[in-house]
Amino acid sequence: MTTLADVPAAAAPAARADAADRLYPLRRAAEGVAAPLAALLFAAAAFAIFLLALGKSPVAFYALVWKGAFGTWFSIQNTLQRAAPLLLTALCVAIPAQLGLVIIGGEGALVLGGLAATVAALPLNGVWPPLVQLVMALAGAATGAAWIALTGLLRARRGVNETVASLVLAYIGIALFNHMVEGPLRDPASLNKPSTWGIGDANMLGPIPGTELHPGLPVGVIACVLCWVLIYCTSTGFAARVTGGNLRAAMLQGLPVERLIVLACALGGAFAGLAGMIEVAAVHGRANASLIAGYGYSGILIAFLARHNPLGIIPMAVLLGGIGAAGGLLQRRLDLPDATVVVLQGFIFVAILASETLYGRIAWFQPRGDR
Amino acid sequence: MGALETVTVAMVAGALRVSTPFLFVSLGECLTERSGRINLGNEGVLVLGAMVGYATSYHSGSPWLGIVAAALAGAVLGAVHGGTCSLARVNDVAMGIAVMLAGTGIAFFFGKPYVQPSAPQLPRIPLGFWATAPQVRSALEVSPLFFLGIAAAFALHWFLRATRAGLRVRIVGDSADAARALGLSIDRVRLLATVAGSALAGIGGSFLSLSYPGSWNEGLSSGQGLMAVALVVFARWNPLYCAVAALIFGAAGALGPSLQTVGVTKGYYLFYAAPYVLTLVILAATVRPGRALRGMPGELSIGR
Repeated sequence: MTTLADVPAAAAPAARADAADRLYPLRRAAEGVAAPLAALLFAAAAFAIFLLALGKSPVAFYALVWKGAFGTWFSIQNTLQRAAPLLLTALCVAIPAQLGLVIIGGEGALVLGGLAATVAALPLNGVWPPLVQLVMALAGAATGAAWIALTGLLRARRGVNETVASLVLAYIGIALFNHMVEGPLRDPASLNKPSTWGIGDANMLGPIPGTELHPGLPVGVIACVLCWVLIYCTSTGFAARVTGGNLRAAMLQGLPVERLIVLACALGGAFAGLAGMIEVAAVHGRANASLIAGYGYSGILIAFLARHNPLGIIPMAVLLGGIGAAGGLLQRRLDLPDATVVVLQGFIFVAILASETLYGRIAWFQPRGDR
Repeated sequence: MGALETVTVAMVAGALRVSTPFLFVSLGECLTERSGRINLGNEGVLVLGAMVGYATSYHSGSPWLGIVAAALAGAVLGAVHGGTCSLARVNDVAMGIAVMLAGTGIAFFFGKPYVQPSAPQLPRIPLGFWATAPQVRSALEVSPLFFLGIAAAFALHWFLRATRAGLRVRIVGDSADAARALGLSIDRVRLLATVAGSALAGIGGSFLSLSYPGSWNEGLSSGQGLMAVALVVFARWNPLYCAVAALIFGAAGALGPSLQTVGVTKGYYLFYAAPYVLTLVILAATVRPGRALRGMPGELSIGR
């Protein structure tokens, strides 16, 4: 029989165990590295079997992937170049995810952000380029923010599911983009590939001195670090995580849940819109269908692989970018189709997402007590 | 013929053709979601089904065998999605996107040699034999897969409403607690519903390569697999409404090309987006905080 007096006595050993198990945070961090790493090895092994079945050498394959991704300065630059937009589109998923929201519409925010940035630059011909670029960045970020904030508003005010709403809004955004690029904003000189007028060579974001990297990479890395600080070191971030952990508790605490939802969506959307602006200002020079490259969808996967930790996004984006960068080399040397890297990426994604189930299953990583 | 009739005929023709892949994918998605799971991987299934169907038809000479092969390929990819999502704590939205990527990649990988050669196509049923105008005749050449899809919609509706297995799917989809109390194996029901749903989506993919547009290339799908998720919401998880919704979405997609036949070349992307705007408006108008959408399976991750 349990009396009231027994309860503290029963609870005490558990509390002491928590205090004694000082290494648990370290082991928990190790779990966060070990699980995806095991999944990565599993995916690599599965893909090696796939290659053997096709009569190709897995050893040669992985050697070439390494060489094509990180082997030379050229390939490292190629890898980082590919990772840059993914850093920002992954943030568009990871920030709302702190509140428990699954936003999958980053693609729409990206293309509209790119379009808005282009439109903002068009009337500013001859203005001091850094100012033009600033205006472009603000226009892109604001448009992306507005687009995803709309999803957040629908969620907060009307209870509309954010996953479906953001997906539908992404299609509406892409349709709007296509309409503007092929209709009112089309440069009549762009015959084969409908495009808007160019922003002008002077307004392009040049490479970082000494490299061929465009500034999208540092912008993405800084954004990830800032978001990490925001989420883990500020009261706003804490409020967001509380809301994501337990909505009812957050509301009972009087946290401004609705405002947090809209804010998180707007911030995520701003990063996706900024990614669109950088694609326009550093790569394409104009808005056209090249912007609809699936960065938004890759960003979703990277955010999930990083378990929505902004600092985890950086290695995951580099990994994905590296595999993509190796595609050309594999095609030339092993005579494999360029889709090979997509298959490998697919294997890795499926394995790492499935490894989510390993968390908490292996006793060594769990909190220990003297029970 | 006047401009209005030309547009109408072209739109009906387009709707009948464009809606068929929508129909199959949305039925598959509907079945999977009724079991309480969302499958964004159907986009990859669609592309893989298109490739496998085309390759099988090319090698065997029978497009019908191609459809069967596409359904099997879809089922395999569905098993990957269904199997991994059965593991605890695996997110079905993210896994769907990973499966979409893997399926598309595999299709492009093995599909490269089939971009050039032409495979035997499915026959078409000439329903326009009574008409004199050639446009009407060609408009009413309907693929048998369209009728198969309509039949599948009725069959799925009957299956969910009137059979023991269908009831189990609905129980698992609406309340995992009730399913456990009844001793149903939730994971197995969801796995089977995902496999069957993906097989249907695979057939939808084979329509793309074996009937309309009727060839295999890497730009074949324009995202119908993902759009199917919106379409099922629009159809309130009802297979019969899915058929109606597929026709509406198909007609909206066909409006642009049919307006082009009379010289209107602008603005059709906006018509194309109209069903999505409508979906969003319906969502915003009918959902209230704390109340689920009518017809939505209670266990669906996107419903919480």
